[in-house]
Amino acid sequence: MALKLRKFKDQFSSLWIKISLFFVVLLPVVITLSLLYKSMFVLETNGLKELLFSSVWRPLAGQFGFWPFIISSLWVTILGLLITTPICMFSAIFLTQYSSSRLLRFMQPVIDILAGIPSVIYGVWGILIIVPMVGRYLAPLFGIESTGFSILAGGLVLSVMLIPFILNVLIEVFKTVPVELSEASLSLGATKWQTIKFVVVRKSFAGIISAFGLGLSRAFGETIAVLMVVGNVVGLPKSIFDPGYPLPALIANNYGEMLSIPMYDSALMFAALILLVVVMFFNFLSRLAIIRLEKKA
Amino acid sequence: MQQGKISIQNLDLHFGKHHILKNVNIEIPENQLTVILGPSGCGKTTLMKTLNRLVELEETVKINGKIFLDNEDILNTDKDVTEIRKKMGLLSQRPAPLPMSIFNNIAYGLRINGISGRRKLAPLVEKYLRQVNLWDEVKDRLKDPATRLSIGQQQRLCLARGLAVNPEIILADEPTSALDPLSASIVEKQFAELKKDYTLVMVTHVLRQARRIADYVVFMYLGEVIEQGPVKEFFENPKMEKTREYLKGAFN
Repeated sequence: MALKLRKFKDQFSSLWIKISLFFVVLLPVVITLSLLYKSMFVLETNGLKELLFSSVWRPLAGQFGFWPFIISSLWVTILGLLITTPICMFSAIFLTQYSSSRLLRFMQPVIDILAGIPSVIYGVWGILIIVPMVGRYLAPLFGIESTGFSILAGGLVLSVMLIPFILNVLIEVFKTVPVELSEASLSLGATKWQTIKFVVVRKSFAGIISAFGLGLSRAFGETIAVLMVVGNVVGLPKSIFDPGYPLPALIANNYGEMLSIPMYDSALMFAALILLVVVMFFNFLSRLAIIRLEKKA
Repeated sequence: MQQGKISIQNLDLHFGKHHILKNVNIEIPENQLTVILGPSGCGKTTLMKTLNRLVELEETVKINGKIFLDNEDILNTDKDVTEIRKKMGLLSQRPAPLPMSIFNNIAYGLRINGISGRRKLAPLVEKYLRQVNLWDEVKDRLKDPATRLSIGQQQRLCLARGLAVNPEIILADEPTSALDPLSASIVEKQFAELKKDYTLVMVTHVLRQARRIADYVVFMYLGEVIEQGPVKEFFENPKMEKTREYLKGAFN
């Protein structure tokens, strides 16, 4: 009897595990399919090419060109990553290779706190500090007039938000490099910096790629904080001091408000679909890079 | 007065409050294989890492005393620490191939020491791989990642890598303990050959191995040097009571 019960429990729990896994796998599929279904309307009327590459945004006339939004999203994301990359790399290298373990222990909760701050607070901070800084000081440096609400402000706020996120992963990645490797390099007469450059960073390359891959996806989808400082003006930005209008901001600003306009609802679903596909593509690329690197090392 | 290639004098080492090495005095003879023997946790590895000053990477370490290499104090000196480390090749317990190709594992040290260009590097890489009898096994796959080699091959690669920077001394920390018996005996044989050109220091806790290959034996226990002497004298006529107990297998 007891045996039967145990067997039953065993089978039951393995079934339960499979069901949970099934849900996890099913979720992205369902989301993608439902977004696709909802955006079919605008896709059939306007055509994929028109939607992606046209810059004409006249919802009342039924013209939905997403190019300006895609470009804004890319600008903000790339800018954010460009600013955050050296900061994260050098801080992670310093904390794991140079500083005392006490400083690292002190910094880890600090980084966690930064990661836990709601993005709306980063947005407010962006409006109070970053936007005026860009408008009053940075833009005039280049002889450009700007309100401050701009791609650059979005990129700066985004870079600050990405720091704790990427830094945490990088610290873990660098920590896993075996001490023996550094010791081997040092005992060959390499300096500490040579050792870090050629051995520690090289050994961690796959991990570094995945850290920034995750950061990229997060940056591309970040909504509130960017929305608050980026200006939200439809149009192709000519420089980083121009305002932009990234895809997540478009969705957040308009969903539920402009739905009286025909096809608008479907167009926003299409915007969401673009976001999802791009993020999946980033993930796919970083996976691919990791697999290739692991084969090489 | 220094008699050996390396002379360790009154060396004390602390990690924080722990006294790891206690007034260590050792004379390591030139062109011989010195084995440092002792039970686990007696400070053998720490002593090795003190010799090439890797121990200084630990945060809480405090070192007192002198280590002379050819009459030059390498502990208390302004000399660049990388210069000192270069003179001592280190072979660790588990082979640690660098995350790059077989070729580059050897070329790495050469490049760091200013030799560049494939034309100059290739013959040197071959020379050192031959020296450890690895060339024939890897010559067709020099571009493969070093991690794809077997553990025994990796250990020989690490030895070749160390030799490539022209050290005077080879430090080996239980270099055969992770290897299969065949690879272990290959490495042992190579050690015997290397004695002609290098001074070797090897840590082990395997008595039979020490007896087989050592010329000079240092026995350590709980951070202290209990006894040291030529291998024959050490094993056949130990002077200290602790040594006799250890040889009888009392500690292991």
